Amino acid sequence: MNNLALLLPLAAYLALMLLIAALVTRKKHAGGFVEEYFIGGRSLGGFVLAMTLIATFVSASSFIGGPGVAYSTGLSWVLLAMIQVPTAFFTLGVLGKKFAVIGRRIKAVTVTGYLSARYKSEAVVLIASISIIAFFIAMMVAQFIGGAVLFQNITGYSYLTGLILFGLVVIIYTTIGGFRAVVLTDAIQAVVMVVATITILGAVISAGGGVEALVDKIALQDPALVDANTVPKPQILSFWILVGIGLLGLPQTTVRAMSFKDVNALHNSMIIGTVVVGFLLLGMHVTGFFASGVLTGTPETSDSVIPMIVMQVLPPFWAGVFLAGPLAAIMSTVSSLLLLASAAVVKDILLHYSHKPRPERQLKTAAWFCTAVVGGLAFVFAIQPPDLIVWINLFAMGGLEAAFFWPTVLGLYWRRANATGAIISMLGGVAIFLGMGIAGVSVLGINNIVFALSGGLLLFIIGSYLGKKSDEQTLELFFG
Amino acid sequence: MENKPSKPDIKELNRQLNKEALLTLGLYALFFLWWFGMAYGLADSPARILGLPAWFFMSCIVGWLLCCAGVTVLVKKFFRPLDLTQFEQPDEREDGDE
Repeated sequence: MNNLALLLPLAAYLALMLLIAALVTRKKHAGGFVEEYFIGGRSLGGFVLAMTLIATFVSASSFIGGPGVAYSTGLSWVLLAMIQVPTAFFTLGVLGKKFAVIGRRIKAVTVTGYLSARYKSEAVVLIASISIIAFFIAMMVAQFIGGAVLFQNITGYSYLTGLILFGLVVIIYTTIGGFRAVVLTDAIQAVVMVVATITILGAVISAGGGVEALVDKIALQDPALVDANTVPKPQILSFWILVGIGLLGLPQTTVRAMSFKDVNALHNSMIIGTVVVGFLLLGMHVTGFFASGVLTGTPETSDSVIPMIVMQVLPPFWAGVFLAGPLAAIMSTVSSLLLLASAAVVKDILLHYSHKPRPERQLKTAAWFCTAVVGGLAFVFAIQPPDLIVWINLFAMGGLEAAFFWPTVLGLYWRRANATGAIISMLGGVAIFLGMGIAGVSVLGINNIVFALSGGLLLFIIGSYLGKKSDEQTLELFFG
Repeated sequence: MENKPSKPDIKELNRQLNKEALLTLGLYALFFLWWFGMAYGLADSPARILGLPAWFFMSCIVGWLLCCAGVTVLVKKFFRPLDLTQFEQPDEREDGDE
């Protein structure tokens, strides 16, 4: 195996990410440090906003995990993955403009900042910050594992080597470059993902002798793989909540709604986002499905499928080019999570509780330190890898949704929503989701998020009617 | 501290924004119905389109394309422009409290 040919495109790519971060720090921008570091001074244009949404959202699950499951489960898993196609337009269409307006009026750069202004409650801020930090670290660990396993399978170097290599690169460029570096690298990474998808899909179809032949062969091997009903309806339908509607609760997607420069950018990114996310998900998951008609070895876990098929159908140099794709997916997701976790600490905890404004140098040090430490923690946890990436990711995602969905959405659309409602909803929702998950409870094959969100809604409504109303000033700010 | 001559009418704005949110929800629901109808409606058909099972081609590929078209229409025809600069607050010192 010609490792050098493989590593060349990869090394060039990683170097580029670091370069961008370095260049971005050089330029001075108007506005305070915190707004600049965490939200890019609200200057995102349409293309870049779309790319960063896509890149952040499309992660190791979509590139490796999901397609790996499509290999063993078939086209019905691809059907499930397609649930995420409307994500971009849905999140931006329901929350985008409101957040853009509110974010500017209250000068918020984080979801917690918005929650703080809306509910005026220390408890809400605390619960939100802890949830973000804890679940984000879990999601980052899942991503790190995905990347290191992929690297190991393709290059043959050890898991730890891969982990250190790209783990350090992403932590460094995020720490130094902040939001702008994250967003710019995201934009490039989204393009890389598109190229990688086209490459592998083309190669697999060609290796299989064409789509018609492949589907015939796979249908013969195992008819369940081409059957629409292989994934049971309760499971697939409840995924419409988990990776569909529930995404309104994810801080990493909603925060982007606060960061774009004008409404035109928002409109365009709704369109671009739908086109590109759909293409990436379709392309990669179908590749996973086709792999069952092409792969000559037996993968040990679902996560090995894509690495194996890449090694089989692509020559070393192109395998290296392809590798940049999922690594891009991972780094872009990690960088966004990392920055948000750091923002949670610096802006929502440190600045929130300090009663005087802080000099820029102090903020910069704090921000850099937090980003590096949180990243370091995730890195350390990833050294001893547990099982499937797909499931850790979904678990963390569900936890975040259970916590943030109702406070975020109802805060914007319901006058009666208050701190009491938010608090018991957040605590109750997460308790239900985690509790059911840990106890291994499953009701009718329906995903636990459905119960967590239903319970969360009930608690929110009860709490809002039991507690006192929000004050006039807040209501005026949010509802006019 | 007021720094704009006329206060933006938030109530009116919210009316428009709520409308846009509802339309978004509507398009989302339409996509769901297409996805569901095509996948499970055609599930038993052995037909193939471009080599792929018909249920899959119609629900996933055509569904995606229709979604793209739908969003374009939604945004170009129903969403209104909005000047965000009227909501900007002056940037005096580094924020430490709200």
